Amino acid sequence: MINSLFLINPSGEMFLEKHWKSVVSRSVCDYFLEAKEKALEPEDVPPVIHTPHHYLISIYRDKLFFLSVIQTEVPPLFVIEFLHRVAEMIQDYFGECSETVVKDHMVMVYELLEEMLDNGFPLATESNVLKEMIRPPTILRSVVNTLTGTSNVGDTLLTGQLSTIPWRRAGVRYTNNEAYFDVVEEIDAILDQSGTTVFAEIQGVVEACVKLSGMPDLTLSFMNPRLLDDVSFHPCVRYKLWESERVLSFIPPDGNFTLMTYHVNAQNLVAIPVYVKQSISFFECGSDGRLDVTVGPKQTMGKTVEGVMVTVHLPKTILSINLTATQGSYTYDNGTKLLVWDIGKLNPQKLPNLRGSLSLQAGAPKPEENPSLNIDLKIQQLAISGLKVNRLDMFGEKYKPFKGVKYITKAGKFQVRT
Amino acid sequence: NRAPGPAWLGYSSPGSSLSLSLSNRTSLIDSTCSDLFLLSTRNDDLKEMLESNKDSLKLDAMKRIIALIATGKNASELFPAVVKNVASKNIELKKLVYVYLVRYAEEQQDLALLSISTFQRALKDPNQLIRASALRVLSSIRVPIIVPIMMLAIKEAASDMSPYVRKTSAHAIQKLYSLDPDQKEHLIEVIDKLLKDKSTLVAGSVVMAFEEVCPDRIDLIHKNYRKLCNLLVDVEEWGQVVIITMLTRYARTQFTSPWKEDGLFDENSETAFYESDEKKTKNGDEKKSYMMDPDHRLLLRNTKPLLQSRNTAVVVSVAQLYWHLAPKHEVGVITKSLVRLLRSHREVQYVVLQNIATMSIQRKGMFEPYMKSFYVRSTDATHIKSLKLEILTSLANEANISTILREFQTYVKSQDKQFAAGTIQAIGRCATNISEVTDTCLQGLVLLLSNRDETVVAESVVVIKKLLQTQPTQHSDIIKHMAKLFDNIAVPMARASILWLMGEYCERVPQIAPDVLRKMAKSFTSEEDIVKLQTVNLAAKLYLTNSKQTKLLTQYILNLGKYDQNYDIRDRTRFIRQLIVPNEKSGALGKYARRILLAPKPAPVLESTYKDRDRYQLGTLSHTINTKASGYLELSDWPAVAPDQSVRNVEVIEPVMIHLYFYYPCPLITQMKLCVLESSSEAESDEEKSSSQSSEESDKSSSQSEKSSSESDSEQKKTTKKPPQKKTVKPTAKDRYYNELFNTYGYTVLSQSKCLSRSLFSLCILTPCPLSCAAALLQVSGPAFVPEKRHDLLHRMTGKGLSAQYQFPRQPCLYQPTMVSVQISLTNTTDHPLEQIHIGDRGPTGLDMHCFNTVECLLPEASVTVSLGVDFNDSTQAANFQLCTKEDQFSVSIQPAVGELFLPATMTEQDFRKEQGKLLGMNESSATITMAAENTTRQPISRQVATVANLGVVPSGQDNIHRFAGKTASSGAVVLVTVELRESSAALITINTEKSVMGPMLLRDLKRALTRA
Repeated sequence: MINSLFLINPSGEMFLEKHWKSVVSRSVCDYFLEAKEKALEPEDVPPVIHTPHHYLISIYRDKLFFLSVIQTEVPPLFVIEFLHRVAEMIQDYFGECSETVVKDHMVMVYELLEEMLDNGFPLATESNVLKEMIRPPTILRSVVNTLTGTSNVGDTLLTGQLSTIPWRRAGVRYTNNEAYFDVVEEIDAILDQSGTTVFAEIQGVVEACVKLSGMPDLTLSFMNPRLLDDVSFHPCVRYKLWESERVLSFIPPDGNFTLMTYHVNAQNLVAIPVYVKQSISFFECGSDGRLDVTVGPKQTMGKTVEGVMVTVHLPKTILSINLTATQGSYTYDNGTKLLVWDIGKLNPQKLPNLRGSLSLQAGAPKPEENPSLNIDLKIQQLAISGLKVNRLDMFGEKYKPFKGVKYITKAGKFQVRT
Repeated sequence: NRAPGPAWLGYSSPGSSLSLSLSNRTSLIDSTCSDLFLLSTRNDDLKEMLESNKDSLKLDAMKRIIALIATGKNASELFPAVVKNVASKNIELKKLVYVYLVRYAEEQQDLALLSISTFQRALKDPNQLIRASALRVLSSIRVPIIVPIMMLAIKEAASDMSPYVRKTSAHAIQKLYSLDPDQKEHLIEVIDKLLKDKSTLVAGSVVMAFEEVCPDRIDLIHKNYRKLCNLLVDVEEWGQVVIITMLTRYARTQFTSPWKEDGLFDENSETAFYESDEKKTKNGDEKKSYMMDPDHRLLLRNTKPLLQSRNTAVVVSVAQLYWHLAPKHEVGVITKSLVRLLRSHREVQYVVLQNIATMSIQRKGMFEPYMKSFYVRSTDATHIKSLKLEILTSLANEANISTILREFQTYVKSQDKQFAAGTIQAIGRCATNISEVTDTCLQGLVLLLSNRDETVVAESVVVIKKLLQTQPTQHSDIIKHMAKLFDNIAVPMARASILWLMGEYCERVPQIAPDVLRKMAKSFTSEEDIVKLQTVNLAAKLYLTNSKQTKLLTQYILNLGKYDQNYDIRDRTRFIRQLIVPNEKSGALGKYARRILLAPKPAPVLESTYKDRDRYQLGTLSHTINTKASGYLELSDWPAVAPDQSVRNVEVIEPVMIHLYFYYPCPLITQMKLCVLESSSEAESDEEKSSSQSSEESDKSSSQSEKSSSESDSEQKKTTKKPPQKKTVKPTAKDRYYNELFNTYGYTVLSQSKCLSRSLFSLCILTPCPLSCAAALLQVSGPAFVPEKRHDLLHRMTGKGLSAQYQFPRQPCLYQPTMVSVQISLTNTTDHPLEQIHIGDRGPTGLDMHCFNTVECLLPEASVTVSLGVDFNDSTQAANFQLCTKEDQFSVSIQPAVGELFLPATMTEQDFRKEQGKLLGMNESSATITMAAENTTRQPISRQVATVANLGVVPSGQDNIHRFAGKTASSGAVVLVTVELRESSAALITINTEKSVMGPMLLRDLKRALTRA
């Protein structure tokens, strides 16, 4: 299956390699680097590249390329999914996934990769299992290790991999038993010039942070499960019970995990929490144009819209801009032509506005298309679809856990065409 | 002799471990710098550290070495120093040494052999994880000389008690195979063995090994097919992908196509629609007779929940399975899940969109409701954009074209010009596919000709050219317009396209074409090759149609072409000159020049690049790159006739074989056939109703259904060793249990083995050692003997003519493994039919019972045998219940002898002793008896014991000791009986069981039986 893995930074340096079968020369990456040169943005590099003897499957994530070398037929998604798991694992262990972090923990990352695959076939990809084999670094532990000479490698032999519930280790103990669930919904939308909705849908995810002792068996039910149209689950969820009773029944992994993701029924109209009034125009003659953007609250269910941010990729021919914002501040990077207007909280009484002039390079033609606006926003304590958690029950353990549910609505890919 | 320099500051003398560990972090980064001189001296230092006797120093050295390996530096010269530490006690150090070994053993084969003995020792370690990791490393050392050692280790590990070790051995198979393909035959044996494994841990890995080593040995899968389907949900996600892919291929070779009958749903083949209508009237019967193989259905049903997996690879593998295997009208279930994946990472989107692109060409309807999910965002990557465009184009139809075109209008204006060009092509495709909008599209494209961007204009020209070819009659003004633009267009492809249009339709624009040619003659030398070729073409065509005006121009151009640098152009020029300019040498072709050059040309078909991608299995690498990847396994076509289905029947999971009886008049049989037998090779069920003689015949048939009105054939049953279990089914068999059972298993593997195997399996997984062996030992076997003795349940006098007798068939109960099965034969001795014979009130004793289904009618002098399951809770307490007819109720009771509460078990003598060792003291009861004279040899003893109790014989090494084993039906407690012959017909009977009540009772019964003559 997966023969080798290379980690490559955006400038093309291969700073980590791992081979699970015979060693493959790193010259194989030349094909990839060539494709990378051709692509305008790192995102545009094709994920699957076909070379005379190998197949290269890569992902680009957190400003790093994860490139795997394949020699025989394998479902490409199998590899892509695995590479993302590697990135998630690094994130999980060291708090972030970046070149410096990997370089700092080279040996540990290498050991983790060794455990994750055997002969190119995934062996242990569950974070709970891995953490038992190789303990993640903490400041306290690294001090203790230095003083006592002990190490991060688990000295007890684990059993998690051998049980029927590989995602949970045995013997978990907490003094405070707590279970938190975050219902996070994202609105994906495309609005056209006039503000009418071209396309809108709601995607949701239930993130859990469960710190419970022993082997708790949880049941989570919703007030209105009918809203959910399409769902996908963490492997711990019993699918049969969902099918028959529409409840989530599961023995949770220890710590943070994504319990489920869902898609809200397409029949329900999606409430768009903000409206955007904009006009961007370029004068036919002369070399400048005007930009005027106003953002206001629309269907917010009585909540405040926070963290509003407008991002615009201005046309390449823009020379400079001169804008004033009535609220918040804007930044503009002339290299990437990226304009970011950070508004913050929306005040319905006094709508934030950004206006000013744009000047084009001398002699450059008027841009064909106006740039589209990408909107970011956040609403606390509201799931825009109206989904509500009904109750959480625990079986199998005697203590009383502390339970909490939080709702957040965010903008996903929220785009306004101009 | 150490190299001086600042880099050394980090490495103080090897003595102070503290400073070393503290400097560890910085030294790692230092060591990545590639100063060769420093590197070699450092390696000396590392060697020194590895040879010290402090673990912390060694560990530090190993970490630095691994960091070297990770960054791709060569650390092979340290091999001798590293390999010495392979037997270290420090787990972390050991792990790092393993990592190093696996990396460099191939290069340092001789030295690597030094480490082998360590691994061989570890393979025998009592800890399963150590065994597993030893096998993992041993098999990863790619040194050909140890192939025999690896082979041996794999074979041993394949029968290891721990499923985790077995999983590792499955991985090792692939490694050994790539090291030495000659081992294939032996490895296939191991694969065959591991395929039979019931652990979810092993399943994925062994199927992976199967795919790599012997994907063509489909015969190995047959017996494991149903097991794999049933385990699938519990297998880890990576294994699921591999198994599903393999099962897709398997199913395509074993089942008949489910698509024939519903050509109706295939929207793209309208002819098929009418054809099937016609056919239906002709041979409608044949059509209806398609019935999906239950195994085929099983696969589809068991994979469906996996569409909800969080792992995108699993979702797509299920989607491709449905696409390739499901009846057309069921494929729709995958749509939602695939659309859901579009929210995932960009790379995932890329692969999923490719698959959707292929699907949407054949089945627009599947994705049309989700059209908006394919709308392009300005933030999408280029390859995602073009795939979405591709899909939108495929989805376009008369109803939604206006929406799509409006969307396209936005895209054309995009700043990403490559994408805009792609959109123009897409518009062209929509225009040709949907004739209603051709004119609108054409006008839109003409507007684009005045676009400022060159690529957009060029693409428009190319697309317009193609569109005009489809309907050339009307659009001479468009051609004129393009001629006007000609001067401003610089993209070669566009210029060439315009020239071609001029030439092709030169008769429609007689004024303009020669003028264009004139301009071209002027700029000929500075044009691109492709434009030059078209210029020559145009010249030739004009020469033929309008030689008066263009003769000189043509000759001029031909002369220029003759001396061109490009030989294609020289060649073309020469050819054209011979063809059109009449001279003495020109052959017969000259006459046909006009017909050759101005022949009407078929319009190009604008079609998707994904059109024939479906020749590759969806979701595969080959599909993504659109060429056959190495190791790609073809998906075969459906067989016209399904191969024998009975190969998948699992007969020997446990040595329990349950036969079915059919006891009903004809119509009922047919009904049963519909729900059960449809798929089986069973062809003679009709015979069953009529005669008792058919029993032998049907016994031979694979289905093992049997007729049992004869009670006298018990001798026969004994010899077949697998006596039949009676099972009765009512005509109105609504029992969901049966349906489930039949649907799932065909019908040969019955619930008993299912439950048992599941419980065994979970035991194996949960408990590492002792319990699992105990459970594994307790293989339930067929009874050694079935007593013919019948007990009266209801006498005909008290029963008002209904007489009932019961007997113990000594079979595991079909309904629940904890029940004892009881057969009741009901006989009607009256002269009128008795109706609705059933079990009524069961009294307060609370024994769990599975009743037989109501016998609707029992004719005079007829008798019927029904079976019953009673859970006696391992006690000899009688089961009281009421046997009812339509009019009367009779209280009856079944009193089991203690010996009937057991199920026979097979085990080895060794296991017997081990178990016996655990059941001493309180659990043992024994007595010395004087045996009847004729009972002193093996056979009579076995027979006597078997008569009393349903126990299995344990093979014994000694002549004077006879052993029998079984377990209690309800709680599964082990029961062991030993009969030890002493001198002069004295014998010692020992019974070991934790059931302290049953032990003495059994002892009493045995005493009585063995002393009796």
